[in-house]
Amino acid sequence: MVTSLARRLLDRYQKGLPVCSRPYAVMAAELGVTESELLDCLLHLQQDRVITRVGPVFDHHKAGASTLAALAVPPERLKAIADYVSHFDGVNHNYAREHDFNLWFVVTAGDQDALQNTLKRIETETQMPMLVLPMEKGYHIDLGFKLAWSEDAR
Amino acid sequence: MLDCALPSEADSYQLTRMDRKLIQLTQEGLPLVSRPFHQLADQLGVTASEVQARFARMQAFGVLRRIAAVPNHYRLGYKANGMTVWDVPDDRVAELGQRIGALDFVSHCYERPRHLPDWRYNLFAMVHGHSRDDVKDHIAEIAELLGSANRASDVLYSTRILKKTGLRLKGD
Repeated sequence: MVTSLARRLLDRYQKGLPVCSRPYAVMAAELGVTESELLDCLLHLQQDRVITRVGPVFDHHKAGASTLAALAVPPERLKAIADYVSHFDGVNHNYAREHDFNLWFVVTAGDQDALQNTLKRIETETQMPMLVLPMEKGYHIDLGFKLAWSEDAR
Repeated sequence: MLDCALPSEADSYQLTRMDRKLIQLTQEGLPLVSRPFHQLADQLGVTASEVQARFARMQAFGVLRRIAAVPNHYRLGYKANGMTVWDVPDDRVAELGQRIGALDFVSHCYERPRHLPDWRYNLFAMVHGHSRDDVKDHIAEIAELLGSANRASDVLYSTRILKKTGLRLKGD
């Protein structure tokens, strides 16, 4: 169950929490609970995987080089090729999607040369048609969005 | 608060060794203890104010987007997501991207290069909903917003998440 405290907590802090000596005490005061109640709530949300973490969200693009890429893979080879793509440490998202280009992944690397090198290896090894679609501009990047709480949210 | 000039768009930021150590220590999350920055500082052998200043600096340069409670949308009932892609005129992409990015069911909105002839779309918007019907309604809203600027579009639903991790840095 997502408790009322948890809902208020997520609504308020998915876009950022106070960076100070005792952030959880500040959040607790703002929500009208004790610090230990707030920490308990966060721990439960994390254990239940309602939140993936309380922590920093980094911009891969600015912390190095990254790009979105896609491959058009015959369905019977999707699993094997997905596993190959995922085995690179720099691949941090890899999704099967319904389209001719059916495998979509984000490749990150320390710099452009390393990024191009990984892409070339994937293209050479798989021999599949590949799209390389780096971000040219971001208009709204994962700032969280208004959660419409539904009954199946648990 | 910051010991540096404010960054401009053109600045790129080189991560320091300390930044990298901080990222490695916190990519699974901040410690859930009363003084999380003090705990990190103890692990790194620096002061808590230095840790906070490092985060502030990375945030000022945009390397760090935010420190937050990161929801797992799937567990919150957002079980459908569609990557919508749109072919809009190049000279309107910035204006339209901003308007689509401001919609509350869109979590990411990017301009990306076309890849002709295989791929004609230059604007991507990630749309979230409780169901596919929900996502379809949202797509109709975007189409209405775009009007005649919408020359072609498609939606790619995810069928499986094969790998999803935060930013990973290899240990030194």
